[in-house]
Amino acid sequence: MMPLTPMHTDSPEPLLRIRGLKTHFFTADGVVKAVDGVDLDVQQSRTTCILGESGCGKSIMARSILRIVDAPGRIVDGSIIYRAADGRTVDLAAMSPTSKAIREIRGSDISMIFQEPMSSLGPIQKIGKQISETILLHRKMSKAEAKEAAIEMLDRVGIPNPAKRYESYPFELSGGMRQRAMIAMALSCQPRMLIADEPTTALDVTTQAQILDLIADLKEEFDMSVMLITHDLGVVAEVAEDVAVMYMGKVVERGDVYSVFENPKHPYTQALLESVPRIGGVRKARLPAIKGMVPHPLARPSGCSFRTRCERYMPGICDKTEPVLTQEGSSEVACFLYSSELANVR
Amino acid sequence: MSDKILEVNGLSMHFPLSGGAFRKSTAVVRAVENVSFAVHRGETFGVVGESGSGKTTLGRCIMRILTPTAGTIQFTGKAQEPVELVTSDDSLLRSIWRDIRMVFQDPQSSLNPRLPVIEIVGQCLRKSEKLSGKALADRVSMLLTNVGLRPEILHRYPGAFSGGQRQRLGIARALATNPQLVVADEAVSALDVSIQAQTLNLMQDLQEQFDLTYIFIAHDLAVVEHICDRVAVMYLGQIVELAEKDELFNSPKHPYTRALLQAVPVPDPRKRPAKRVRRGSGEIPSGGLRLDACQFAPRCPHAQDICRNSSPPEKQVGGAAVLCHFAGDI
Repeated sequence: MMPLTPMHTDSPEPLLRIRGLKTHFFTADGVVKAVDGVDLDVQQSRTTCILGESGCGKSIMARSILRIVDAPGRIVDGSIIYRAADGRTVDLAAMSPTSKAIREIRGSDISMIFQEPMSSLGPIQKIGKQISETILLHRKMSKAEAKEAAIEMLDRVGIPNPAKRYESYPFELSGGMRQRAMIAMALSCQPRMLIADEPTTALDVTTQAQILDLIADLKEEFDMSVMLITHDLGVVAEVAEDVAVMYMGKVVERGDVYSVFENPKHPYTQALLESVPRIGGVRKARLPAIKGMVPHPLARPSGCSFRTRCERYMPGICDKTEPVLTQEGSSEVACFLYSSELANVR
Repeated sequence: MSDKILEVNGLSMHFPLSGGAFRKSTAVVRAVENVSFAVHRGETFGVVGESGSGKTTLGRCIMRILTPTAGTIQFTGKAQEPVELVTSDDSLLRSIWRDIRMVFQDPQSSLNPRLPVIEIVGQCLRKSEKLSGKALADRVSMLLTNVGLRPEILHRYPGAFSGGQRQRLGIARALATNPQLVVADEAVSALDVSIQAQTLNLMQDLQEQFDLTYIFIAHDLAVVEHICDRVAVMYLGQIVELAEKDELFNSPKHPYTRALLQAVPVPDPRKRPAKRVRRGSGEIPSGGLRLDACQFAPRCPHAQDICRNSSPPEKQVGGAAVLCHFAGDI
């Protein structure tokens, strides 16, 4: 069991404070608002899971942090305040994606691993070389020292025979080993925060369990913050300390993992938790499915974006204005069911 | 039960590896090795396993997309004489493919992007039932309604639909010929949670409505537990455990089944695995299957010398058939 530290939703100094982040894609067909006003805190040394279905903007939000959103997407509004080791704060959203400042943060302060390691590792370079290259870029070391550090890192992530594997090409490794190599590369400069974008989605369950254990171990060893992006409720329940649920580019609910799983407030979170089959759970003849599907990104509903699928849609309220995240008990939720002015409607 | 719709006996599928100067066969990959089971009419038979376990190859053998190296597959349709699929010729297979249909994993690549919906779903009806024009359109519209799609989409192309809708199209296509047996290979794996639940419900409704038997191939154990009646667990080409769903999930007998169940993340933060109980080790070995040992021995916590030196017999423990030297003892 992970150590349970009390949750401070607005602790004075989160490692990363995202406010009103909007990343839009300017396509020929119109503006796709992939991330449309995300508020999120990542606390020091905690694991924050971002939960959402495909297309909810969770990956784009993560890529916005490192400023690696591809054209035609760009950040149009909001701030991403990162608190560096020396205590000063910088706004990543205001930096140029090609500036020296952001390049110094990428890899050494915040690094990222992706779902498909094969597409993020260079195919024609030995994995050891790729790792030592990252080390040479950010740490003052000689080539020989960098190689040694890389081999040590490969060993640390559980790759057997690391000195030999240093000379391997990515295609020579299995999926789980490749993901380990990616993690070794991401952690080679001992970042303060690791963003893991669906790191186990492409893996088998037994391998997934090993990788999740590894990330949890390394998080404690290096005292990192971890932002883990996933669509898998099981993975969230297993590793998260804090959870943010995203729907159509917004955080609709956030809180610590126990609040969100045991006392979900947003109708979307509730429905999502209901709709997954559970091993050994109460047998249901049918799964309570969420009706309909995620609207087309260019045809956002007015008001609350979940209202078209919501069981508790209130005409005249939910379609008029957008709900904002407000504190409700131990978590925060963006839903009119909980707004005090509308208490009489409830 | 006597009413078996499908009976598989000693099925093996080996793929030759070729190499050297004249592409001569140098080795074989034993993707499926000596697999036997029966599927009862009206049930949902689950096949679970990790990638590389041979579950897809097994499905493809049943569909006769592949010709098995050895073994028999006997299909008994309603009010039909049993048919041996392995030795069937193409013309016989064509008629059998009306009764056995398949739903594929990837709704993107299993639908031809250049064909409109009416052709995707109805093409097989042009041949098998000589339908065309209005009759075909009516029939396809009805199929679309059955899977919860609007009939107006007849002339649109797959590109216009979301993943969940495409999977419904795939299901409509499978149902077009009034099949008796549907092989669903990872049919819901690529779908989002909310869409996955809708699709599972749809498949259950259709099963009731059309009296279908499913072979449900999947890697997601929670989904399998939800939808299946009996479950076969595959590891490296062999069925290591086969049992009724409740028995398999409540008291798994094979160490591999246990490892699998232990690895599944449970969507409940209070049920986290206790800190650092190391879960499983290693991965499916790439060298393939060895005939003179238990396949799972290199990863098994209970492995003894006998496991490394002789292939385990199939043992009956309770209601489960288990491929393990120590079945029932551990």
